Amino acid sequence: MSGTFERRLLTRDRGNGWLQKLWLIPWSFVLLLCAVAAVGYVALYSAGGGPEAYAAKHAIRFGFGLVLMLGIALVDIRFIARFAWLGYLGGLALLVLVLLHGNVGKGAQRWIDIGPLQLQPSELMKIMLVLALAAWFQRASWERIGNPLFLVPPAIMVLVPVGLILKQPNLGTGLITAIIGGAVFFAAGVRLWKFALILAGAGVAAPIAYEHLHDYQRARITTFLDPESDPLGAGYNIIQSKIALGSGGLWGKGFLQGTQGHLNFLPEKQTDFIFTMLAEEFGLVGALTTLGLLALVVLFCFAVALRCRHQFGRLLAVGLGTNVFCYVFVNVAMVTGSIPVGGVPLPLISHGGSAMLTTMLGFGLLLSVYVHRDAEFGPARD
Amino acid sequence: MKGIRREEEKRRSTFTRRALALGLGQMALFGVLGTRLYRLQAEEGDRYRTLAEENRLSARLIPPPRGRILDRNGQVVAGNKLNWRVLLVAEQTQDVGATLETFSRIVPLAEHERARIERELRRRRRFVPVMVREFLSWEEMARIEVNAPDLPGILIDVGTTRLYPEAEHLAHLVGYVAPPAERDMDGDPLLELPGIRVGRAGLERFHDQVLRGRAGAVQLEVNAVGRVIREVERREGVPGQDVQVSVDAELQKAIRGKIEEGTSVVVLDAKNGEVLAMASQPSFDPNLFNAGVSAAQWRQWTANRSTPLINKATNGLYAPGSTFKMVVALAALEAKVIAPGERVSCPGYFDLGDTRFHCWSRYGHGGVDMRAGLKYSCDCYFYEAARRTGIDRIAAMANRFGLGVDLDIELPGTRKGLVPTRAWRQAQGKPWNLGDTIVHGIGQGFYQLTPLSLATMAARLATGRAVQPHLTRSIGGRPARGGRPEEWPALGIPERDLRLVREGMWAVVNEAGGTARVARLPEQLGVLAGKTGSVQVRRVSREQRERGFKVENQPREWRPHALFVAYAPYDNPLYAVSVVVEHGMSGAGAAAPLAKEVMVEVFNRFRATPGQRVAEAGR
Repeated sequence: MSGTFERRLLTRDRGNGWLQKLWLIPWSFVLLLCAVAAVGYVALYSAGGGPEAYAAKHAIRFGFGLVLMLGIALVDIRFIARFAWLGYLGGLALLVLVLLHGNVGKGAQRWIDIGPLQLQPSELMKIMLVLALAAWFQRASWERIGNPLFLVPPAIMVLVPVGLILKQPNLGTGLITAIIGGAVFFAAGVRLWKFALILAGAGVAAPIAYEHLHDYQRARITTFLDPESDPLGAGYNIIQSKIALGSGGLWGKGFLQGTQGHLNFLPEKQTDFIFTMLAEEFGLVGALTTLGLLALVVLFCFAVALRCRHQFGRLLAVGLGTNVFCYVFVNVAMVTGSIPVGGVPLPLISHGGSAMLTTMLGFGLLLSVYVHRDAEFGPARD
Repeated sequence: MKGIRREEEKRRSTFTRRALALGLGQMALFGVLGTRLYRLQAEEGDRYRTLAEENRLSARLIPPPRGRILDRNGQVVAGNKLNWRVLLVAEQTQDVGATLETFSRIVPLAEHERARIERELRRRRRFVPVMVREFLSWEEMARIEVNAPDLPGILIDVGTTRLYPEAEHLAHLVGYVAPPAERDMDGDPLLELPGIRVGRAGLERFHDQVLRGRAGAVQLEVNAVGRVIREVERREGVPGQDVQVSVDAELQKAIRGKIEEGTSVVVLDAKNGEVLAMASQPSFDPNLFNAGVSAAQWRQWTANRSTPLINKATNGLYAPGSTFKMVVALAALEAKVIAPGERVSCPGYFDLGDTRFHCWSRYGHGGVDMRAGLKYSCDCYFYEAARRTGIDRIAAMANRFGLGVDLDIELPGTRKGLVPTRAWRQAQGKPWNLGDTIVHGIGQGFYQLTPLSLATMAARLATGRAVQPHLTRSIGGRPARGGRPEEWPALGIPERDLRLVREGMWAVVNEAGGTARVARLPEQLGVLAGKTGSVQVRRVSREQRERGFKVENQPREWRPHALFVAYAPYDNPLYAVSVVVEHGMSGAGAAAPLAKEVMVEVFNRFRATPGQRVAEAGR
């Protein structure tokens, strides 16, 4: 069995086993990521009318991202688990910092400048939260998860960052963070009736929360419900995006031939609406291909989770997979007018340095789980 | 240890189930997105493609050049001139204020112009050109051109505007153009274009559809903010057609040089009815309508009692006076109530019951036959002729000569005039008295006739045909109706009767004792036949007459109008003329000499070889 071989390898050659670990990396997955990034390059090439504006930078960032990912893949998963707390606290600190000193964009404080990088701490926080939750539940036996008191600390771990993100205010990312946290809870084996209880509570709280939403957030919800109600205002983006998608048809208008995108009817085509750009120029075929590639990425996360022998890795992989899923689903649903616009980028395709960085960081952790899937953790405590 | 393993197994199996559920759920949601994409792109693709095309394409009209109006010699009397305009594109200059400052050093801009430009710049998007100045001269354009490097954002653009080279000389005929009003909107999309003009008066209005042409269209690809990216498709319009008219611009100018305020002159080709000249003094400059007439200018025109905007030749209404006597004579002959040689006694007055009607000569003309009646313009003869003929037969004859009927000329607003009948008077609730018939026998009374209709009468007397006056010779190179004399039907009046009347008109001018000897043409040109007329504008009472009434002593606007109708040459009529001089005192004194001068001008222009030309002072 290869499993036994690997376990032996891991325990014995901790110091200079990195070459062997490199051998263990699933290169087909790396190839898959390269394919998605290539789609992004094509889309950004079109969005910028050439490589200079976005596409070249995208390729360079992806190159750096690959190195970062492979580097993290080689780090022992137990080491990562031990210092998950530090990452979590660091993420929280950045969130607080962004609230105090962050740059304001579209009426919300969202990013901070670190040298040449514009970092959105909320993106980083989702990964740190998954790490922290996985570390917490790694220690928990089936019995202990049944104990409500045991669930209080992880619940607080979710609610604090969600609250900070909502305060920016960033409704979309806040909800996604909560959903990712929920997915980890669910995978860890929290009893189903507790979820039912929380969902019921949310149902009651939603109308009250709506009262406290910002005007632009409410506008998003109302224009989602009826985009044609304000065709030149908030509904304009959704309508133009649907026109671009629909007019792409089955086979698309051709590379660089998208009229909606190139005549600027499409807003923010290099970031939030990059998928629309692709779908207009490459049609339903191109859109489904892109969606399919991204679905494969998510599926790989779950495959890693199922093959992993320790709870930390499993939960981490599920959380990361759900994170990717949320990005893709919210983005595509947004541009097809299925949910309110939320300013969520498409991973590996949208233009943006910090998003690329955090995405590749996540994949690095995933690969580390895969490489160290048979690592021995201490037994779960009662 | 075993417990721990069982715990681990339980945790793992729960995880596996739930991870599978999560994963499958997520894939299912991706599936939902897939079906959503399928619906948008495959099922509703056509609808969205249409919407995308609507987004992308913007149709714009291209105005066609307006057709020109040419005189009979091909001289342009209404054309298009290039309108040099200067536009400013805000996004092409760093500093709009500096550019305008530099520009105003080359072409001074008034304060209100600066304000308008800045207002428009604020309102438009930065790439939309804003008009800085139009109707620039060639020298100004040259100076701007030279300074172009210092004028970033300044664009030179050429449009067209209407040009009337003869200005006020042909204003009443050619008319003018103006921006369309609400009532002009006839569904032609061309009229929606900014800067478009439609014919408002005269030939410009009558032939507007022909001159206007049809708009072309260009399909432009525009981006989200409306900037033009490229031209997708262009469909050229149909340019307006040229209209050639029968007027001779040089003749018209020469005639206008001879006439004073309140005078109108009409010259017709007697055979085919073409209008060779039609002058009405004072006139106006139609070019002023291009840029919009100022309120002050408009007030000046409308306050002027000589009505410069009104064409007196077609809209001025006058009693014909003695120029009407040929009609009465022909009506009497046709009714056979008077024989050509029958003499009517003229003691200087005519009694009907206890009412006395005076002849213009206090001493009377003695025994007068028809020829002498016309020659001396004896009123008594025509009182008697009218009494015998009756008003309705006179009116019918007048209508046959184009008086009081619609002449259908291509000048919108032309007045039909009025020839009274018994029925017309009764429709007013008043009786028609025999005394009215007597007065109308010498062309006085209710008549309201235009100089154009009097010229038409002269042409019909000369030719015996129902000649219709008209202006259009050809449209877009194709001849219009009425070019050939044979097209006009005969009036149905015996040649013998016509000859008698023509002889009378000949005698008026060419025989000793005729009322208009002054109108005789120089021998080498030919022989002119005509008839004078003078019409009172105020009634003269018996007491005034007895106190030695002299019209010369009256204020100008109370003085009688002077009229003259004529044709020439006598033996082969080619030209018919009518002249009306408002308050000119007498036809013989004011109208006849002018008619002669006009006819000399016409002969010089059309008939004479250079050696035969008659000098101006050929009076």
